[in-house]
Amino acid sequence: MSLSTSAPAEAAAVDRTPAITLRGLRKTFGDVVAVDAVDLDIADGEFFSMLGPSGSGKTTVLRLIAGFEQASAGTVELGGVDVTRSAPFERDVHTVFQDYALFPHMSVLDNVGYGLRVRGLGKKERRERAQQALDTVRLGHLGARRPAQLSGGQRQRVALARAIVLQPRVLLLDEPLGALDLKLREQMQVELKQLQRELGITFVFVTHDQEEALTLSDRIAVFDAGRIQQLGSPREIYESPASAYVAGFVGTTNLFDSATSQRILGVAGEHAVRPERLRLSAGTEPDSEGSARPDEVRLEAVVVETIYLGTGNRVHLRTSDGVELVALEQSTGSLDTREHRGEDVTVRFARADVVPLAAGS
Amino acid sequence: MTLSPLSRKVLAGLTFGVLALIYLPLLVVVANSVNPSQSMTWPPRGVTFEWWERAAHSSGVREALVTSLQVAAIATLLALVLGTLLALALQRYSFFGKSSVNLLVILPIALPGVVTGIALNNGFKGILGVDLSIWTIVIAHATFCIVTVFNNVQARLRRLGTSLEEASSDLGAGVFTTFRLVTLPQLRSALLAGGMLAFALSFDEIIVTTFTAGNGANTLPIWILNNMFRPNQAPVVNVVAVVLIVFSILPVWLAQRLSSDVEAAH
Repeated sequence: MSLSTSAPAEAAAVDRTPAITLRGLRKTFGDVVAVDAVDLDIADGEFFSMLGPSGSGKTTVLRLIAGFEQASAGTVELGGVDVTRSAPFERDVHTVFQDYALFPHMSVLDNVGYGLRVRGLGKKERRERAQQALDTVRLGHLGARRPAQLSGGQRQRVALARAIVLQPRVLLLDEPLGALDLKLREQMQVELKQLQRELGITFVFVTHDQEEALTLSDRIAVFDAGRIQQLGSPREIYESPASAYVAGFVGTTNLFDSATSQRILGVAGEHAVRPERLRLSAGTEPDSEGSARPDEVRLEAVVVETIYLGTGNRVHLRTSDGVELVALEQSTGSLDTREHRGEDVTVRFARADVVPLAAGS
Repeated sequence: MTLSPLSRKVLAGLTFGVLALIYLPLLVVVANSVNPSQSMTWPPRGVTFEWWERAAHSSGVREALVTSLQVAAIATLLALVLGTLLALALQRYSFFGKSSVNLLVILPIALPGVVTGIALNNGFKGILGVDLSIWTIVIAHATFCIVTVFNNVQARLRRLGTSLEEASSDLGAGVFTTFRLVTLPQLRSALLAGGMLAFALSFDEIIVTTFTAGNGANTLPIWILNNMFRPNQAPVVNVVAVVLIVFSILPVWLAQRLSSDVEAAH
């Protein structure tokens, strides 16, 4: 997994007006609070992801930016201009919808040219630019078809072309890859990333797929219960989760509650350690009992289950005092050993790899 | 569910019996329109087109037919515009009194025609002081024609959802442009189906028409009612009845085909 650094985005945020600024944004539907006190600056040219389970408020934030929903409180600014009360057609943002929302009664080319048509462009220029946009998403040869005659992946690209043909400053993407199968999704992830780099426009990407968010984004906001739980680069989110919720939602993790932390680590408070940080060795090494290094934690455990993943093994363990652990072993080639169910092992991990979590959430 | 051979036969017989009961009299009307005997003796002794010719040359019939077509066409047009607007308002916007309006729109089709007729008659003559004419028939017919258009359009809007309209708005189209370029094309077959049903309803309506037609304006059904028991005109009535059958069945059949095409396409 490649982790891009957040440095360029942060530099951009310093010297330019943010593409999107949200202040105290709140949206309620009846008694339900969908979005609660969201403050956010999204930099120009940034690939920004909003990650969270369904119902966490991420899609509602996107719809508030697009203008499909009216904020109950707070403001939405685009490029420094307050658009909180503006209609969707007055905002310089375009959306790629989850269900693509292609117009079924128009050809693919007319779909892509729609935004140009309502702006009053002539037929010739409209067709040329729509054709260009279709070429960009490598569908130039399918302009005459109807949306119903396309595959899911092709429709996805038409929806993209329809939005980018208008050269918006901001592109909003609402789980755009959710309906595609795995292979196509991975391919589209690469294409999206390339497209964003080429066009240099801001992408706001809503997803519930943590891996997708980690791979694509400059920065990620992790949502839960209508609030941003953590905001940071993929590396920060993954390696220093701010709360048990983030640690649990982004990737797998070993969570220690306060009592367990006290027993194992000698400190109170919740802690987390990623499975790939755990090192396993066979046997319980009774001879080196007193010689655990001070920068290392050593536990004795029994293998509960080993699951072969192709790239390695996921090993489920239980320590002698009942703490459940998960370890991830990368496959290293011919020397692979595989722990078996019921085997005694020693688990080690560096204290530096243990992440303290904020209390409360 | 599997049926025993006996119950299949019984059910088939019942179905056939009921259909025969409905459609045999219609066939008799068709046959009598070419029956040479003026008193319609049965079975007919031969075939004649004399009554058809007489109907074709009867100014009463022609005027009534023209009135009926005019009324049905204008009432349908009114219903298409108003029914669509109502459906859009009730399906896409929320406002105070929305559910009451919804009920009030649908009510005319459930109200007994005689009640609608009396109410409109009193309304036109007593309250508004308007003379009954072809226009009062049009307005009366529009009250129930709106419902068929409204129902069709509302169902279509509900099934369409809002995402296409949102996409259009997102791409920069205002409310009216979105309606013209996106919503209306999606409503086309619903409008056609609703409009044809409305036309058929208006074309053979008699009760409300009785109360709202002025002396000068006769629709075809009213003409039939007035001439049915005149021995001279009875054979011509049969001819007019056959014309009515065709005019009523065609749009309903087309409407049904259209909506099933659309269902199949979705």
